[in-house]
Amino acid sequence: MVDAAPPSPNVARLDAVVAAHGARATELVQILRDAQALDGWLPPATITYLAHRLRLPRARVEGVAGFYAFLHLTPAGRYRVLFSDNVTDRMAGSLDLLDRLCTSLWIERGKVSEDGLVSVDTTSCTGMGDQAPAILVNGRAIPRMTPERVDAVAELIRAQVDLCEWPADLFAVADNVHRRDVLLDAIVAPGDALRAAIARGAREPERAGSARSWREGVPALPQGPAATLEEIKRSNLRGRGGAGFTTGLKWEACRTAPGTTRYVVCNADEGEPGTFKDRVLLARHADLVLEGMTVCAYAIGATQGFVYLRGEYEYLAAPLRATIARRRAANLLGTSILGQRGFDFDVVLHLGAGAYVCGEESALIESLEGKRGVPRNRPPYPVTHGYLQQPTVVNNVETFCAAALIALNGGDWYRGLGTPRSTGTKLLCVSGDCARPGIYEYPFGTTVRQVLADCGAERTQAVQVSGPSGTCIGAAEFGRKLAFEDLPTAGAFMVFDDTRDMFEVARNFAHFFAHESCGFCTPCRVGTTLLRNVMDKIHGMRGSQHDVDRIRRLNRLLQASSHCGLGHTACNPLLDTLKRFRPAYERRLQSLDFEPAFDLDGALARARAMTGRDDASAHLAEVDEDASAVAGRGQP
Amino acid sequence: MTANGAADVFLLDGEPIPFAPGQTVMQAALAAGHYIPHLCFHHDFKPHGSCKVCTVRVDGATTASCTLPAQAGMSVECKADDLEENRRTLVQMLFVEGNHFCPSCEKSGNCLLQAVAYDLGVLDADLDYFFPSRPLDASHPDLLLDFNRCILCELCVRASAEVDGKHVFALSGRGIGKHLIVNAESGRLVDTTVAVTDKAVDVCPVGVIIRKRVGFAVPIGRRRFDARPVSAQALEDAPRRAPPEAAP
Ligand SMILES: Cc1cc2nc3c(=O)[nH]c(=O)nc-3n(C[C@H](O)[C@H](O)[C@H](O)COP(=O)(O)O)c2cc1C
Ligand code: SF4
Ligand code: SF4
Repeated sequence: MVDAAPPSPNVARLDAVVAAHGARATELVQILRDAQALDGWLPPATITYLAHRLRLPRARVEGVAGFYAFLHLTPAGRYRVLFSDNVTDRMAGSLDLLDRLCTSLWIERGKVSEDGLVSVDTTSCTGMGDQAPAILVNGRAIPRMTPERVDAVAELIRAQVDLCEWPADLFAVADNVHRRDVLLDAIVAPGDALRAAIARGAREPERAGSARSWREGVPALPQGPAATLEEIKRSNLRGRGGAGFTTGLKWEACRTAPGTTRYVVCNADEGEPGTFKDRVLLARHADLVLEGMTVCAYAIGATQGFVYLRGEYEYLAAPLRATIARRRAANLLGTSILGQRGFDFDVVLHLGAGAYVCGEESALIESLEGKRGVPRNRPPYPVTHGYLQQPTVVNNVETFCAAALIALNGGDWYRGLGTPRSTGTKLLCVSGDCARPGIYEYPFGTTVRQVLADCGAERTQAVQVSGPSGTCIGAAEFGRKLAFEDLPTAGAFMVFDDTRDMFEVARNFAHFFAHESCGFCTPCRVGTTLLRNVMDKIHGMRGSQHDVDRIRRLNRLLQASSHCGLGHTACNPLLDTLKRFRPAYERRLQSLDFEPAFDLDGALARARAMTGRDDASAHLAEVDEDASAVAGRGQP
Repeated sequence: MTANGAADVFLLDGEPIPFAPGQTVMQAALAAGHYIPHLCFHHDFKPHGSCKVCTVRVDGATTASCTLPAQAGMSVECKADDLEENRRTLVQMLFVEGNHFCPSCEKSGNCLLQAVAYDLGVLDADLDYFFPSRPLDASHPDLLLDFNRCILCELCVRASAEVDGKHVFALSGRGIGKHLIVNAESGRLVDTTVAVTDKAVDVCPVGVIIRKRVGFAVPIGRRRFDARPVSAQALEDAPRRAPPEAAP
């Protein structure tokens, strides 16, 4: 059922937005983003009108808008300031800066100013860990916040200066590349890897006839696409987005899956806190990323590609679109690419809108289809039933870069790098307590200790490898190797020196998961909030052994019954820190077995304030011995 | 079908369960007269697997049985201490997530959440209550929405879309903020096209979508699950398809 057309204040402008997206319901998230740019939020009449134009049920449009953190169904201020709230931002003083901005603007955190001008709040890690603390203003990234920059921002907002007229240096994002290897050093002219892939089929006989006796007896030599796939398989490349699935097998499964159209999706959602390598790759090596996607399209026979760019990186969208246009003009995208008949492939950029779970490949596809970013039931997997139920390859940005290099230099070259089970190199995103935060490219198999030495980390207590969903290790394990067979990593490498409180690190991550749970399944939706509450309770010195046991029980449940990886890994930071940094918890725990979360006497505080009383009988009398120990907590 | 023409079977806690191609473990089990605890599954709708109460173990891996395609020869473990323990916790989670005051609820005795809880031996909530603030929608002359009891099973969403063809209900928000919405700019049920005869009105397993003025026509104590536990009744709802015929 489609609702009748209602009056809407913005009809002409909304029509233009809808038209720009071909009135396609699959573009709903993009349309909502653009529609929001008109008013700074999505008024009810706007939702109704868009639903009408897209022939969607109104509730469906509202439900999609309600899913994404950067889409607002209530007024959020003409200037919406969000402080990145990763633990590394906090370590760099983000909360003081947030308070400073709120004080300066006379507003309360999380509330819109009465004149509707501005709101200030926090958001999940914005991917600027190497230049923390960072903020977003109406979605535009501003890194390296200092008291001076906070004051400048406050002044610009007070003077109501249009965002596009703010000084450019506020928005300057540094790349901070400190160690290069084959990927970051590669100089690949646009199209070179593709030409090599196309030529490979032709070159193959020559190569078989050479000293490669192990290939003798192979009857028909693979041509073009098949030969390219062969190289990817031979390279043993594994996905760089975290799970480490073998790329060649994924491509092959997609290539052989029945379907009418094949899709290539570049996962540039990069939501894992502490990760920012894809940002740098897209800023410096966009051609290589697109080249890798096109190589994939060639190998699997795909005609349509998407780059799913996280909303936090909106500033990268325009240059990326320009690169796509340039490649189209150079016949590296479009029809009959490089003159190969039937080699048709084009790429469209999609922006996310603030949802970590959309990095999960099936949730990402749902989002691409204009829906709430809820992970699908698997099987079937995207390789057979992906975008619009067609065969789809989803790979990480870095995976596509590596694939382009393999197409150019061959699988044997690549498997000579790294370790046998983790071939090639990996980009690490180093942040936290070290002298030189930034991007470091290493061959797989490099030790944590080596990285710590190179980035100038001292008195290191712990490293969070691969973000909150990864592993937290202490000094005893710094000899471990970064590789799929030891410490797998999607790239994040957050360093904590011995002044840091590892309990607070874990508590920050518990808040992250509770904020980012999509809410589809019971264990994760309720469990991540329970975990957050338990951590807050312990933080408030009201925790006991019972609460620690509760964490373990929730972990068993979330592991066993969550619907996707977010729920499966949500307890990791808590368990890792409990195991390795137990004193950080213990000095906060009550010696009791159990302490209720509800502070009865504390709840009376407001009544006491209202009545102006604070005498003994305005407090609950503590009777037994144990309970009086509770009442006296925190006192010497 | 196996080569000799017999129906394909899998094992559920050691018992052979026949199944038709395309059936999930839950569907086949119910059709064969075996109960697997569940909340968001309903035999009239495509399973989506969000409550996770039906989680079982296959080859050491746990997974929701309502969405798991049945395969010949698979061995499914449903009755195990750890799985039962997890089911109890999931039910407790749903109780603390909303506001459930069973003694004063119109649905008490007819409520699937309450019935599954009793059946699993859940006697308390154990977890800390969230006490969310969820205002009622009493705008409609014949229907009341008490969101306090919503377990987000999406059955009304699916029923309204698939059976009634209306999309009266949908979900918005995310994480613990996920909530039910109705298809109206005002946000009020009275402004939707809902009808008391809609499948969506009937399908709610708990006491959210309530018909006005009939709540206590049947007194508590004489209601469906007051008589017999849900595990003894769920099979009565399920389409008892005969085991698949041998293919020609
Ligand atoms: C909650 C969650 C978030 C994820 N976020 C990302 C992400 O931001 N980027 C990414 O490449 N993969 C992410 N993944 C992994 C993807 O699901 C998928 O495995 C990956 O994109 C495949 O690409 P690869 O094989 O090249 O690594 C995430 C997975 C989960 C469960
Ligand atoms: S585990 Fe969490 S993020 Fe994943 S589907 Fe369930 S609720 Fe959503
Ligand atoms: S209203 Fe009822 S049927 Fe609809 S989602 Fe909530 S509990 Fe399920």
